[in-house]
Amino acid sequence: MKNQNILKRIVGNQLFIPVIALLILALINLINDPSFFKITLVTNNAGNPMLSGSLITILDFGSELGILAIGMTLVTAASGGQDISVGATIAIAGSAMLRILCGGVARPETIQAPIIVAFLVACLVGMACGLFNGSLVAIFKIQPMIATLILFTAGRSIAAWINHNELPIVPDPKFSYFGGVIPGIPIPTTVFIMIACIIVIALVLKFTNLGLYTQAVGINEKSARLNGINPTAIKILSFVILGLCVAVAALIKVSRLSTINYSVIAKDIEMDAILAVALGGNALSGGKFNMWASILGAYVIQFLTTTLYKFDVQSDALAAYKAVVVIILVVFSAPTVREGTSKFFKKLTPARKEAA
Amino acid sequence: MEESRVLEMRGICKEFPGVKALQNVDFSLNKGEIHALMGENGAGKSTLIKVLTGVYSKDAGTISLQGQGEVQIHSPQDAQKLGISTVYQEITLCPNLTVAENMFIGRGEGAFTNWKEMNKESELLLQKLDIPAKATQQLGSCSIAVQQMVAIARAVDMDCKVLILDEPTSSLDEQEVEKLFGLMRDLKAMGVGIIFVTHFLDQVYEVCDKITVLRDGQLVGEYEIKDLPRVQLVAKMLGKEMDDLSDIKGEEGAYSGDDKDEKVFEAEQLQSNAGIKPFDFYIKKGEVNGFTGLLGSGRSECVRAIFGADRVINGSVKVRGQKVKINKPIDAMKKGIAYLPEDRKIDGIIGDLSVRDNIILAYQVLTGFFKPFSKRQANEFADEYIKKLNIKTASADTPIKSLSGGNQQKVILARWLLMHPEYLILDEPTRGIDVGTKVDIQKLVLELAKEGMSVTFISSETDEMLRTCSRLVVMRDRKVVGELSGEDLTQSKIMSTIAGESNV
Repeated sequence: MKNQNILKRIVGNQLFIPVIALLILALINLINDPSFFKITLVTNNAGNPMLSGSLITILDFGSELGILAIGMTLVTAASGGQDISVGATIAIAGSAMLRILCGGVARPETIQAPIIVAFLVACLVGMACGLFNGSLVAIFKIQPMIATLILFTAGRSIAAWINHNELPIVPDPKFSYFGGVIPGIPIPTTVFIMIACIIVIALVLKFTNLGLYTQAVGINEKSARLNGINPTAIKILSFVILGLCVAVAALIKVSRLSTINYSVIAKDIEMDAILAVALGGNALSGGKFNMWASILGAYVIQFLTTTLYKFDVQSDALAAYKAVVVIILVVFSAPTVREGTSKFFKKLTPARKEAA
Repeated sequence: MEESRVLEMRGICKEFPGVKALQNVDFSLNKGEIHALMGENGAGKSTLIKVLTGVYSKDAGTISLQGQGEVQIHSPQDAQKLGISTVYQEITLCPNLTVAENMFIGRGEGAFTNWKEMNKESELLLQKLDIPAKATQQLGSCSIAVQQMVAIARAVDMDCKVLILDEPTSSLDEQEVEKLFGLMRDLKAMGVGIIFVTHFLDQVYEVCDKITVLRDGQLVGEYEIKDLPRVQLVAKMLGKEMDDLSDIKGEEGAYSGDDKDEKVFEAEQLQSNAGIKPFDFYIKKGEVNGFTGLLGSGRSECVRAIFGADRVINGSVKVRGQKVKINKPIDAMKKGIAYLPEDRKIDGIIGDLSVRDNIILAYQVLTGFFKPFSKRQANEFADEYIKKLNIKTASADTPIKSLSGGNQQKVILARWLLMHPEYLILDEPTRGIDVGTKVDIQKLVLELAKEGMSVTFISSETDEMLRTCSRLVVMRDRKVVGELSGEDLTQSKIMSTIAGESNV
């Protein structure tokens, strides 16, 4: 009986699905090609030592996704919808950052402003985009997906317009540290940025009521209002926080190339971020959330992507394979299926008793 | 079956898990008759309507129609084919289509529509029924009353013998109601039998011929309108016979502090956008008072206006003599006002959150966004009130939605008590919960008042109010129509005031 309870607790835990998915993916790779897990120390173009291998790739790009998953989780919880403009707003924030760094010149000799200033500007731009999306959703009651469709469509054009459609290149090698490695530290910098983000959000969730308010608004907005919460403000806040996450992701994305490609940068990343939230077992209709499951979900997505690359899947065919995963996930988390399985398990229980 | 009968329902029974919604109910409707179906919430009116229209299947009983004998109605489509049409409170037409399209949608045979003929036909019908709308006008651009009438026209045109109007007047103003009544009288003259469900007594006496009263799923009786004075009707709905009204004034030990005459809350000409007439109101320290009236009379809207739950559009408010502005719930909470809402499911519980989170929520919001309680503190609060109010839950971590109704209500009560309010508003705290919990809550109210808390208590059950309140504000048709206290606090007095008859 006790054993059963422990089993139930493990299966019932929200981290169960992402962890199992991670294990399955690891197992597949182990069978297919054990060298998947090999990590080597190499020297990059700039002559700095860095670790290399599939696992490092997963950590590197998964962190980028994880940062977005933090914001997406809050938006999903509060508004019961998703922000699909994330990729486009990364382009906008990244473009703004470049504009500040290069001062509107395509090939500057030196950077025109400190990196921190450029980053802060990107943060403001990201938050402004969030404010725009959030206001549409919270004040004008537009469905999140429709509201964010505006920036999803227009964002990349706005990004190109900020730099007069030029592709400025940042001359300072220090700028490339954020998406690469810091000299002397072979671990990707994104991992450290991710750790910093996790600490910040953990502190915010511990020392403010963000979690309680967001969940209350997401579950029952009317009731939340009668308890003195301002649902409009909470929804907008969640979008603004996502905007901040977008700015951090933009810093990493732009740093990787030291320049930008308006139409390709962070393309389809919003889908992966949403998938991360779903994979973490969070209801896409809002309400209760588990931040850590979402972040873990992000790494699972990246694990899946990298695995698919290992299997020589073309990058344009990637979406089709991910779609299969989404279908499985969505079907398994559908209420009818869940009810069905719980009924199935109930049927099994008496049989077990008899066996005992 | 008599010649003039269009509909006869005999011995209708309907049971839901744990509830006998209808027990052996009879109902009959004559040709060219407007028949009111009355009863408080949960009396079984809507269940009866839904059985008749095929939304629910009946467990027992028979339904017969004129000229067709006994019929089986399995779906709303069946009902429609048999000539039973329903117009609901919320308009179920498409506002983006034209009036004519709305009248004929889904009725055409084959895939083609003759638009010209359709428009012509509907224009004729509109004229015949004297409905002020054009056939080609978009429905959304008509007033609600006209939309309601179009819905009726659609129903009538489908060769309907029985027309059910389920609270059609609740979103209409007086003039619009008049228009609707005109239409109803026209239909009556054409021989249509109309079942009219409403909460407004005045309207019943204005248009109806007969009244059938239901209570707790049982038939109380069928009456000619002239044989049933209002006061009797109210008594029948509430289930109290006029003669056995015992005076059960509670023996609460009232609060006796020095400041017992201080007005904790005072409102002048308060009005919200929920459609109530402006009202004056006050409550003293340690006083228990209440709003009474039939359902839909505006009781809840009044207290919602006090708490700032609806948008306040007029009036001034004083808390302990000081003028304040209450525009939203948090303003009221900061002034020490707490509000337990009427609809527990929609406005009260946060279903997926734990009992603990539900208990601490209001106090937590009051404390501030940047000052979350520690886990230990939250657990202490939760445990304290789980024990105090005897809430039956597996643990403080259990999601509130898996608790029973009564225990959910106790959790919401705990939420507001934790805030230590000076003025507590309880809107139907005893609805839908078991008797034991009801008594617990009433006892608690009196105890709290003794300690100096002011409480406004609303209940559909008059004896509960009599037991707890020392002063009652009486409402009818969204207006305060009287105030009763002391000697006047009797069932009969309440009923006569609700009914609006001064000479009882």
